[in-house]
Amino acid sequence: MSAIYRQQRIASLLGLGLLLVSMALLMLGASVGSTGFESVLNAWSDRVAQQIVWDIRLPRTVGAWAAGALLGLAGAVAQGLFRNPLADPYLLGSASGASLGVALALVFFGASPFATLWLVRLGLTGAAFAGAVGAVMLTLLLAQGVQHTLRLLLSGVIVGVVLGACASLAMLMVPEVMQSMQAFMMGSTGFVGWAACTLLAAVWLVCMLVAWMLSHVLDGLSLGEATAESLGLPLPLMRAALVSVMALATGTAVAQTGLIAFVGLAAPHLVRSVAKTTHGRLILLSSLMGAALLLAADILARWLIAPQELPVGVLTAILGGGYLLWLMHSNTRVTSRASL
Amino acid sequence: MKDTVHSLAIHAHSIRASLGNTEVLHGVGLALPRGRWTSVVGPNGAGKSTLLKVLAGLMPHTGDVTLLGEPLKSLSGRVRAQRLAWLGQSETTADDLIVWDVAMLGRLPHQSWLAGASAADHASVEQALRATQAWEWRGRTLGQLSAGERQRVLLARALAVQAQVLLMDEPLANLDPQHQADWLEIVRALVRERKTVVSVLHEISFALRADQMLIMDKGQVTYQGACAQTQTHRALERVFEHRITIHAVGDQWAALPTNQGQPTACKSKPRHP
Repeated sequence: MSAIYRQQRIASLLGLGLLLVSMALLMLGASVGSTGFESVLNAWSDRVAQQIVWDIRLPRTVGAWAAGALLGLAGAVAQGLFRNPLADPYLLGSASGASLGVALALVFFGASPFATLWLVRLGLTGAAFAGAVGAVMLTLLLAQGVQHTLRLLLSGVIVGVVLGACASLAMLMVPEVMQSMQAFMMGSTGFVGWAACTLLAAVWLVCMLVAWMLSHVLDGLSLGEATAESLGLPLPLMRAALVSVMALATGTAVAQTGLIAFVGLAAPHLVRSVAKTTHGRLILLSSLMGAALLLAADILARWLIAPQELPVGVLTAILGGGYLLWLMHSNTRVTSRASL
Repeated sequence: MKDTVHSLAIHAHSIRASLGNTEVLHGVGLALPRGRWTSVVGPNGAGKSTLLKVLAGLMPHTGDVTLLGEPLKSLSGRVRAQRLAWLGQSETTADDLIVWDVAMLGRLPHQSWLAGASAADHASVEQALRATQAWEWRGRTLGQLSAGERQRVLLARALAVQAQVLLMDEPLANLDPQHQADWLEIVRALVRERKTVVSVLHEISFALRADQMLIMDKGQVTYQGACAQTQTHRALERVFEHRITIHAVGDQWAALPTNQGQPTACKSKPRHP
């Protein structure tokens, strides 16, 4: 039995480690910003410092953590659902769908992503969610299902390019939204307030619960579609639920923080390289990993050229791209060694 | 009549099924006795795997299939999964799952929603892993195993279901002779427990060890009979275009390739000066 429990112990330790790292990062996140560490020290006496910490740094720190958690969760679900370790919620067109949704919302309702009003936040999230679901559905339709990986990825690229072009067209026709959209496309946690944090947390809770309840479907699917079906799992229904979870998680994260690349792809990979476990634990661990990754990247983006800051999406794109490249090469090495 | 229905594990008639736009099963009918091992043989593309999928309820088809006396279509997925286990040709991507977790998936049809594994589940999984001699690697991931070792884990997964009927598509693929012989023992033990086994096999000598044989060609069942019968052997030779002959070896039967179909390039030509 000990051989089985060893893997479970590694998974538990990883979870604990990620929680501790998250705590440390949350504290660090409250201390890093344009006015430096002083604001934390003066927070008890100085009202302005208190406002900086409580109304600006803390919500964006918590928001970055929650958005990363949603992206990590969506990545783990996508990779399990499409039985492809390179599947990323973004690769299936959901990101460009979400940005088209946001662009259309901005054009038609004149809303701004900087708004902190509940209703506006919800509206933007709804538009991003609808866009993400629509785009994923379109990709699946074009690929005629999920069986052919290559067809799926190509369809995702096509949908991404076309919907991205539509979003650009919308921006071109209504130039007033250009600046809001630009900020959105680069990805930033700078506009996340407490309202957005609450929304992110609520959606995370729902997605986590549903994904965890359906996690054995993903385990079954890893043995092949027919085997999963032979185990009596009602696949079409559960698959639809999992696609919704993926789209809701991606759409919500994208609506609040813009396009942040690679977190959803890298988080499950990093978890799997440490712990070999079933999808129930993998989804939770990937979510924690995504949260820690995005928060670390956000702190780095705030600190690198302080008092100015980099858009965190740019940073994750560069870091994530490098990681993916390394992964690709190490995979090729393994494969060529195996074929010898 | 009622007795015959109850003594049958699977009964099917007028089964038609298509892959894409091509019909691959043209009105297949069969009756598989309960508590017996039936092997399905035939040339490539005869529709064996498709037939097995239809019988397992995994493929859209026309015609009727009856499983243990009840129409397959009337059973819920869960009940069907409890009664019938299916082992397909490997299409697994579960490289990161450990062997124990893979075998435990076989217990899904018996577990209630969100409930963890019971003591009975643990016992079944252990028994199945020991039967296929995969118990040693229970803590390793599938990715760390060879193709033959994986096949034994997947077989254990199917055994762990403890279903009345077990359908297996080329279960001997990648197995070494020692574990092919083990597989034979496992099937014999299942049949002794009054369980029904149906296996698609390309290893004719192994297929001849079954109780019954079903021969398929071009999307139809061309022959069904006991493996020991001479007619069965002749039908086998016919379906493989007399490129094999069935010989008695001790108390067993073996299929050997015939010389008749040997390519002419290998024959020495008589020379005329």
